[in-house]
Amino acid sequence: MAANTAAVSLTVNGKPVTAEIDPRTLLVQLLREHLRLTGTHVGCDTSQCGACVVHVNGKATKSCTVLALQLEGADVLTIEGLAAPDGPLHPMQEAFRENHGLQCGYCTPGMIMTAVDMVRRKGHDLDDHTIREQLEGNICRCTGYHNIVKAIAAGARAMRGSSATSKAAE
Amino acid sequence: MYAFTFHRPQTLRQAANLLTKNDEAKLLAGGHTLLPTMKLRLAGPPQIVDLSLVEGLAGIEQSGRSITIGAMTRHNDVSNSPVVQQAIPALAKLAGMIGDPAVRHMGTIGGSIANNDPNADYPAACLGLGAIIITNKRRIKADDFFTGMFSTALEPAEIITKVSFPIPKKAAYQKFRNQASRFALVGVFVSKRGSEIRVAVTGAGANGVFRVPSFEEALKKRFSPKSLEGMSIPADGMNSDIHGSAEYRAHLVGVLARRAVAEAIGK
Repeated sequence: MAANTAAVSLTVNGKPVTAEIDPRTLLVQLLREHLRLTGTHVGCDTSQCGACVVHVNGKATKSCTVLALQLEGADVLTIEGLAAPDGPLHPMQEAFRENHGLQCGYCTPGMIMTAVDMVRRKGHDLDDHTIREQLEGNICRCTGYHNIVKAIAAGARAMRGSSATSKAAE
Repeated sequence: MYAFTFHRPQTLRQAANLLTKNDEAKLLAGGHTLLPTMKLRLAGPPQIVDLSLVEGLAGIEQSGRSITIGAMTRHNDVSNSPVVQQAIPALAKLAGMIGDPAVRHMGTIGGSIANNDPNADYPAACLGLGAIIITNKRRIKADDFFTGMFSTALEPAEIITKVSFPIPKKAAYQKFRNQASRFALVGVFVSKRGSEIRVAVTGAGANGVFRVPSFEEALKKRFSPKSLEGMSIPADGMNSDIHGSAEYRAHLVGVLARRAVAEAIGK
């Protein structure tokens, strides 16, 4: 095993983080194992399922396929940072709750982070076709897509004018 | 993953020096091929040279009759670039067909080309448009760049900095996806620029991306899908696996070339 470590400084959910890590540490490992932010999940570990999606500099990114060391100076937003700790849920989270856009819930954090990014890229009026196409990189093995699609359409509308939009897009 | 030492150079020269000093070092661009390969322990470079802090490697510009794309430009930025959409819509569309939205936020054109995966999309665009691959040392024609599956004309310590695409009169890309992986089972890129016709195929060939001279000749007479009617290519040298036989892939080359030409002429 390598004795070598390296330092990286980045921002996670608005807080500065500096870590001395094994160079092999993936972003998802930094989040889950070092920072104990376990909302971001590892599903396939092969960049296919999307359970690990977080935002890096405002863009949806598969955190299982990025080395933490690649992110010097980057701004990372995870599911934990989407809404204020004591405040109401982010409109997209609320839409998933309201529409029951989950069954087991394992894929949900990645689905929500992808959905918020989808709104940034595609706007607030999302038709089913667009949503399904844009979910290509997120897999729900409960096959609960129908309610997920409904939740994203509703969440996208609810994000219109909400301050959370700009926060997540930062 | 096997252990490695991580280097984060600030300049291209530092990156090249690190490669010169470390024979087995690998460049890390977006990492969406290299990292999965390392996780599977199919690759175990002792040194990683990360390009994320090197300035000036990303960006898109049009100059005269060509579009130049920096090596670290992400697929998503190519796909959404008004400049590319206007000048070479087929290239913007191709970039938007790679992977999924999150993958396109990280994956880079330089990484894709340097890796030369036999199923990758960008090699077809480079060969199909007659691109020039620009490195820290020289300019390499796409025709000379792709030298076989996962191999290129790049020398040790040579780093792709930009890719320059001449703007075609007409072009289109058709991709037949593997239903599971979504990679190109076969992809065909066609273009017409003056009298120069190019037909480039990815996914099908056991040696990676290749041109189809017989199709190009036929299209010189008339750039229409009709010119390719009934035409196919030999199954020799085609990939053959559980996803499709060599004969099937050879057949798809003809089908997709006709569809691509039809798309290029707006039919």
